Amino acid sequence: MVDLWSGLAQAFWLVVTFDKELLEIALRSLQVTLSALLIACVIALPLAALLAVRRFRARRMVVAVLNALMGLPPVVVGLIVYVILSRSGPLGALGLLFTPWAMIIAQVIIIVPLIASIAHQSLRDLWHEYHDLLISMNVTQRQKVATLLWDARRALLTAALAGFGRAIGEVGAIMIVGGNIDHATRVLTTAIALETGKGEFALALALGFVLIALAISVNLAIHWVGRTEREGRW
Amino acid sequence: MSGLFPLTVAGATSRRAGHQLVGPVDLTLGGEGVTVVIGPNGSGKTTLLRLLHGAARLSSGRLDWACSTEEARRRQAFVFQQPVMMRRSVLDNIAYPLTVRGTKRAAARAQARVWGERVGLGEMLDRAAPVLSGGERQKLAIARALIAEPELVFLDEPCAALDGRAMREIEEILGAARANGTRLILSTHDMGQARRLADEVVFLLKGRVHERAPADKFFNQPETPQARAFLRGDIVE
Repeated sequence: MVDLWSGLAQAFWLVVTFDKELLEIALRSLQVTLSALLIACVIALPLAALLAVRRFRARRMVVAVLNALMGLPPVVVGLIVYVILSRSGPLGALGLLFTPWAMIIAQVIIIVPLIASIAHQSLRDLWHEYHDLLISMNVTQRQKVATLLWDARRALLTAALAGFGRAIGEVGAIMIVGGNIDHATRVLTTAIALETGKGEFALALALGFVLIALAISVNLAIHWVGRTEREGRW
Repeated sequence: MSGLFPLTVAGATSRRAGHQLVGPVDLTLGGEGVTVVIGPNGSGKTTLLRLLHGAARLSSGRLDWACSTEEARRRQAFVFQQPVMMRRSVLDNIAYPLTVRGTKRAAARAQARVWGERVGLGEMLDRAAPVLSGGERQKLAIARALIAEPELVFLDEPCAALDGRAMREIEEILGAARANGTRLILSTHDMGQARRLADEVVFLLKGRVHERAPADKFFNQPETPQARAFLRGDIVE
């Protein structure tokens, strides 16, 4: 209990004094997670829309696999990305291992199925609603996808926020591929793991509280930005 | 550019799960006026309209326009019984057919504003479309259908569940479209509306065209006992 209070106090102190190291780690956390989120959305949202709109033989199987991949173990993802990016791996020449890019790649792999699955549910329902109208208007496949993505934007925001939540709290994969290197790949979650390992529970808790505050702030900000309908007006 | 009409339908059928919903239907439709499709529930009115529009596939038979099918699809519109409200403003809903045809957004919105005013939605153009009332939704759907100036508009029970005032307003809009040269093919349950709007009546029974005649003749001297019974308000199956 003492650790909890001293963690809170330390978190408060670190924030109000703009602790340089905390700021660096928090910014890197945000940078890695938001980059991964952006890339994952670019992949997952059109994929989800295509799965809603297009009818092909293996569609159900693809959707089932996507749903199953939501539970992808991050440590395994980290291990696979590590092998691929390691010097002897197929992409070793790129020299990405133990850089923020490796962490972004791992996070993208983890959150794409999550975002795509959640988005697919909303887009499938919307497609069901719009189907007759868009067919009657002779709308092209590309226009269907664009229309669904635009009109479901608020539901898709929820999918993106779920992806953000998973990515910002991720530790297993980014620890493996990032290496938790000070001033290079250390982020809030890996710093918490390190401080806990050292027995610095108060500092670990402080970092944890900062992480929670950061996650809530970003969620609130995105919700506020995405609130496109106000009092029945657009 | 050749016209859409005549539309020739030969032996058209629609089957689903072993059931014949419509057909075989043989029809030739000219390019003017208002054709009203009437018939009891389940007679295949909606399915026939969807087949003619191309929103449902023919199980067998042919449907030939005077131009290519692709061109014909571009030059017609469909208003559904339950209008789909896209999750956008009223203005953007009306502008949608123009934007998907490549019109610049500003120009499409300007034209949508004109159509919105024309159908009496001028005060609510910035509102979210899904919050509109039934009559307003139907007006929006009609404006959205007419904005791209189609030569032919199908309307599936456009005034179902609307009160008298909303129905009159919608009939006025349809009357103006007709006066502008737009060909209308609509289905209705409302014999009063059929009498007010129709130039020609197609009476469907069990998925087949049971009787087809100019409106005056159909309403005053129906040929078949089933049509006479339907007009009397008897139950016809």
